[in-house]
Amino acid sequence: MRQREAKVAEATTRAKRKNPILRTPLPTLPPGARSRVALGLTAAAARGALELQVCRDCAAVQYPPREVCRDCLSSRLLWRPHNGEGELVAETVLHAAQELYFRERLPWRIGVVRLDDGANLVVYVHESVRGTPCRIRVEAALDRAGEAVLLAVPPHGSTDLSADPKLREMTCDPRRRKILVTDGKSAIGQAVVRALADAGAEMIWVGEAEPWKKIAGSAKLREVPQATVVPLDVTDSASVRELAGEIGGKVDILVNTADCHRTSAIGARGALNAAQLEMDVNYFGLLRLAKEFAPLLKARAADGPANAIAWVNVLSIFALSNYPPHGTYSASKAAALSLSQALRGDLYAAGVRLINLFPGPVDDEWDQLELPPKLSPNALANALVAALRGSMEDVYPGEVAQDWLARHRENAKALERELSEGNR
Amino acid sequence: MTRAAKKRQNKATSKKALKKTAPSSNDCLRGRLQALVASPALRLVDLTQTLSPDFPPIVLPPEMGQSRPFRMEQISRYDENGPAWYWNNVSFGEHTGTHFDAPIHWISGRDLPNNSVDALPLEHFVAPACVIDCSAQAADNADFLLTAGHVAAWETRHGRIPAASWVLMRTDWSKRGDPVAYQNLDETGQHTPGPDPDCVRFLVNERDVLGFGTETIGTDAGQAAHFKPPYPCHTYMHGASKYGLQCLCNLDLLPPTGALIVAAPLKILDGSGSPLRVFALVPSGRG
Repeated sequence: MRQREAKVAEATTRAKRKNPILRTPLPTLPPGARSRVALGLTAAAARGALELQVCRDCAAVQYPPREVCRDCLSSRLLWRPHNGEGELVAETVLHAAQELYFRERLPWRIGVVRLDDGANLVVYVHESVRGTPCRIRVEAALDRAGEAVLLAVPPHGSTDLSADPKLREMTCDPRRRKILVTDGKSAIGQAVVRALADAGAEMIWVGEAEPWKKIAGSAKLREVPQATVVPLDVTDSASVRELAGEIGGKVDILVNTADCHRTSAIGARGALNAAQLEMDVNYFGLLRLAKEFAPLLKARAADGPANAIAWVNVLSIFALSNYPPHGTYSASKAAALSLSQALRGDLYAAGVRLINLFPGPVDDEWDQLELPPKLSPNALANALVAALRGSMEDVYPGEVAQDWLARHRENAKALERELSEGNR
Repeated sequence: MTRAAKKRQNKATSKKALKKTAPSSNDCLRGRLQALVASPALRLVDLTQTLSPDFPPIVLPPEMGQSRPFRMEQISRYDENGPAWYWNNVSFGEHTGTHFDAPIHWISGRDLPNNSVDALPLEHFVAPACVIDCSAQAADNADFLLTAGHVAAWETRHGRIPAASWVLMRTDWSKRGDPVAYQNLDETGQHTPGPDPDCVRFLVNERDVLGFGTETIGTDAGQAAHFKPPYPCHTYMHGASKYGLQCLCNLDLLPPTGALIVAAPLKILDGSGSPLRVFALVPSGRG
């Protein structure tokens, strides 16, 4: 109990307040241009993975990404997961830079790593890595422009990127952040609020629609010291506009947990009404939030250490490929996924990251008839916090999501057939 | 809109109706009506709640079909989408805000002739009202039920309820500005006042009323799903071609008798009801 109080006290200690007579700086971005083949690195980093090209003919590991093998000139290069083990062989500190992003952040440590399997990489060096040569592990991360960068971190254990004043920018750590959770009435919403509070969020606004429908856990939510319940109904443009006017200029992280899930088959009577409701929350709700909150987040993307940094959507693995028992729900989540791509591009222009979560069936009333394994709301919330603390933009929490993702990447058409034949 | 402008609008609407009913004495009657509406001898009372996104709709289990609440999306407001004009797209269920229930709304009225809002006789849209004050009882007991006995007691004081008149149950429920208190839901459902089955049977069979009106969401009590039969007001009223009005307000400004109610639902093809502007014409000295 005492420990918890101390934790809360620490979390609620505000960062130094902003001087209101100074201009809020505009965001600058690290250089973002990448070739199509180099985006392979970004594709893996987006999932939190390090992948490098490996030659299918001579097994040589490639860096930087390229069209043909550096050793045998074969064009059969495949992206493969890499353990990142190697040695930091050289290091230098950058004191001058033409790029505005680096100019504002100098000095900046960069190094050269020789991987155990031979490739040489240029990396950013984590603060806790000292002295060359030394053993390190290479991790992939996303920078503020959303592009993959490589980091040299200590070889063992997990690394806290937030502990490094420079590499902190690769993360969206919720500690001391002011966060809006758009719906606190669902089990997921409540779990997310608790997890963010435990992760040290400074303030959490919790949206509540239809206050006359009282739900379990509502009183408990109000006991979370950082939480403030605010009226928000994402199906009502006026409600979204009003809340954006009231707190939009303070939100550092927006977590969209608003979700409407019905389970009518597409030919069922009433399916259209249910589908409209799902679209109104899952798709139009996101659009309403984007319209009102995205410009405000972008405007505060470089607002000192308490800047606006992230937007999180809780989507569904059903967004990747339609799961017919939840046909209209899948479609609404696919629509939200598509919209989130447009929003992501818009937010990245200011260095604000958009993270999508794709959970499989969740242990709630709408997935009641789905067989286990099902993701608990707490597990989903923990995955969300881990994604903010880490450096990724697509999160597939749980076994089902991982399995579907693998099947989708391997053969999307096969997954479509399997799902339409009832083979989950 | 100013009161004067409102009156002008009312006059404009009445003009057409008069042409049909009394072509010979048209000018004379119109003049008298015009003078009456403008004079202090007649009071106009708005019985309508404002349509707004915050006004709560009826609550049903989530797996059932849901009535959409009122929503508004702006088309333009003197901007690039319409430089000189302001207008909105609105959407809502037929049973949103202050609204009218037609007989076709309920299964008991499904086979009756002219049972949808587009087919109702125009003369039913202007009718006298009997207002039964249950505000004291409803303040004490959210589940208060109006009985045939209460109606009989009311008749002793105010006279027999005339056929083809509205019976309006005043509870002052509309004064609950907080939607949570207005819905008054707990884990056993909604707790709002309404009529009991005997009372409805009496009003339908013995008094042949035009319909029943309430200040709550629904002409039936909040717990009426558990009555015998379930939802007696909907079942009996609509089964006998009677109407419903709900989410009314300002019933406390009406006299027990003597008010004339104007309640004309939208002309929706096969519509089961509609939001509408309900107002009362009250002779001065009443209420």
